Amino acid sequence: MDRYKIIEVKESVFANNDREAERVRKQLKENKTFLLNLMSSPGSGKTTTLRRTIETLRDDLRIGVMEADIDSDVDAKAIADTGARAIQLHTGGMCHLDAAMTEQGLRELGTDDLDLVVLENVGNLVCPAEFDTGAVKNAMILSVPEGHDKPLKYPLIFTVCDVLLINKIDVLPYFDFDMDKVVAYAHMRNPNLKIFPISAKSGEGMGAWCDWLHQQVKSWQA
Amino acid sequence: MHELGIVFHVIKTIQQVGQEQGLQNVASVTLELGEVSGAVPHELESCWDWAVKRTELMPAAKLRIETIPAVTHCGQCGQDYSTVPQGRSCPYCGSEETWLLRGDEINIKEIEAI
Repeated sequence: MDRYKIIEVKESVFANNDREAERVRKQLKENKTFLLNLMSSPGSGKTTTLRRTIETLRDDLRIGVMEADIDSDVDAKAIADTGARAIQLHTGGMCHLDAAMTEQGLRELGTDDLDLVVLENVGNLVCPAEFDTGAVKNAMILSVPEGHDKPLKYPLIFTVCDVLLINKIDVLPYFDFDMDKVVAYAHMRNPNLKIFPISAKSGEGMGAWCDWLHQQVKSWQA
Repeated sequence: MHELGIVFHVIKTIQQVGQEQGLQNVASVTLELGEVSGAVPHELESCWDWAVKRTELMPAAKLRIETIPAVTHCGQCGQDYSTVPQGRSCPYCGSEETWLLRGDEINIKEIEAI
């Protein structure tokens, strides 16, 4: 055994993934394709929010969707019905997507003719937050029934997100959900977090969110 | 499941190091694991044994884990305190304006190789 030597590596486990993520972003920039990483708990209303978003933006943007939820709560057909190109990613039972898997998905989807790709990450609030997928922006959906204390319980995801959609505001009267508190808690973890209260069901607030996203895509392409 | 993803990334990094340095075999890998990194040592070990067996470079590599204690800093009173027993609220002044100084890292410290 004495021929074995100690080699210092001194590298974060995530460093390798971070480098791959940078490469993905660079490629996206060259292609003029915007990648949005969408994270949330299962049951937060991702399908409806995605559908509504695509319906609002599809006349202006060419949109693709990569579906990676292991619990598969997004009906791939529901997305395809909107006219967006959709593929299913296989995470191999993993609880998150990393940059390499995202890159593979982008290749399979084909991004040359797309302005916006939405990556629907695996439905949980812990693991996806740890791995940079190479997305241009990270978004998260939190729905009213989940409660306003989520930023305290899952701080990391609120730190890494650029935008927070608070969905299902149409049911606010029936829940002890404190909008002021959730905004304060979320901003405590991330002062730059953009917050849009929406109801994907009634359409309330969707305009402001879609305008923001549209603007982001345009400035990425500029 | 989360631990498996971490193990895959560790293996990938070490395979790159192995290639760069022309290594034949890796006998052990030392990880520095923050107390609040979210990865469970026991889970890492069981994923580790499963995953390294499938590599050429490190089929019998041992995993050693060194724990890094978590420390939080209070922006209000300037004190540092131990994160795990105290949580987010500063034990000195009660402020919630606190942030983690260290303890969330997962680093590959060193490897033993030939």
